[in-house]
Amino acid sequence: MSDDQTTTPQRNPTVWIYGVVLSVGVVSSLAIVSVYEITRPMIAANRTAFRQSAILQVLLGSTNTATYQFDPVSEQFAKSETPDSTMEVVYAGFDDDGNLVGIAIETSGMGYQDKIRLLYGYSPDEQAIIGIRVLESRETPGLGDRVETDETYLSNFKSLDVRLNDDRSELSHAIEFVKPGLKAEPWQIDGITGATISSRAIAVMLRESAAKWIPHVQARLKNFESEIKHRPDKIAGSF
Amino acid sequence: MSVALENNTSDFLNGVWKQNPVFVQVLGMCPVLAVTNTAINALAMGLATAFVLLMSNVVVSSLRRVVPNQVRIVTFILIIATFVTIVDYVIAAISLSLHKSLGAFISLIVVNCLILGRAEAFASKHSVTRSALDALGMGIGFTIGLLALGGVRELIGNGTLFGAPVLGDQFQPWTVMMLPPGGFFTLAAWLLLFNWLKVRRTARQEAIS
Repeated sequence: MSDDQTTTPQRNPTVWIYGVVLSVGVVSSLAIVSVYEITRPMIAANRTAFRQSAILQVLLGSTNTATYQFDPVSEQFAKSETPDSTMEVVYAGFDDDGNLVGIAIETSGMGYQDKIRLLYGYSPDEQAIIGIRVLESRETPGLGDRVETDETYLSNFKSLDVRLNDDRSELSHAIEFVKPGLKAEPWQIDGITGATISSRAIAVMLRESAAKWIPHVQARLKNFESEIKHRPDKIAGSF
Repeated sequence: MSVALENNTSDFLNGVWKQNPVFVQVLGMCPVLAVTNTAINALAMGLATAFVLLMSNVVVSSLRRVVPNQVRIVTFILIIATFVTIVDYVIAAISLSLHKSLGAFISLIVVNCLILGRAEAFASKHSVTRSALDALGMGIGFTIGLLALGGVRELIGNGTLFGAPVLGDQFQPWTVMMLPPGGFFTLAAWLLLFNWLKVRRTARQEAIS
């Protein structure tokens, strides 16, 4: 079988070597760039859909979402479809009638193995956290990852009290982590036996993020409610 | 003609069974141990590797008379890396969660010694057809190997198979099987079985002769 033998090319070696590697490189780059361009919108759509479903999940009752970026100088939230990458963003969820259901905020912190990314929903009406969703984690399967599935643990976040104090500058009670079964106050989080580190990590992330964001959000609720005022049909309907 | 056909069949079956990359050659152990904690991860990793193997073998084989000997490894790696990058984007476009659970191991297909090994040992010396058959055989063999580990680990470690509950609620999952040590335990058990089969077959053949 003649085609089973390698024939070493007898050409000008140096030019040939450079030529071949260069051509393979150029063709490879072209292939990668084309596939990147084709898949980019699909990947972006996947990301948006994933985030959208997470927001709707932590803000039960909402059907629409909007992205708001936070300006740290003026301390105002402004609606923005294409947020500045240097600014922090929060997401607002609205129901069918355009009423604000709540604000979804992303936070992250160190878990047992790696960073955990988390989205939580805050309801201004209840002044409570009404849902969480882990966006990304590498917690131990069967142990640490129960923070995503354990119903007793997740019931901590159905109505976790983050009420502000009287002068509205900070939370009246910081979120606390307690041992499993010791939850006595609405601002406490029961841990999970066998997943202490992971369940505490989420409590710590929530405590820090809530202490930072809830006073801002509560002080600027009008930033989000402006959504309704731009929809006259809804105002007419409310009379 | 029949010789060529026989060659083709043996090229294909070589990778699936006789020289199975996981159980006989014990190649590419990094993904074999790392991403086989569930059957779906194992299947996705196996198919991704098989695709890269097929494409790189075909391209390497069709360029085998053009690529100078001195830079062949560089060229092979370049070709392999291109297809791995393409697979990486395509998986992210298909399913973000699958892409996340496979993590860095998709990019690491580039350094899977199985792929460079087939390019160097087979594709650079044989026709495009035979290289494609060899890649298909090896790719399927590798996928079977990964599935054999992933299936067992998910079944025992979580009581499910491809995410569907199999063993029922009263089954207490052996969580350790989903963790890295479970990969070693399962691989050891499979290798034990395959070596036992081999020893038994050799003994039988000797008895006959």
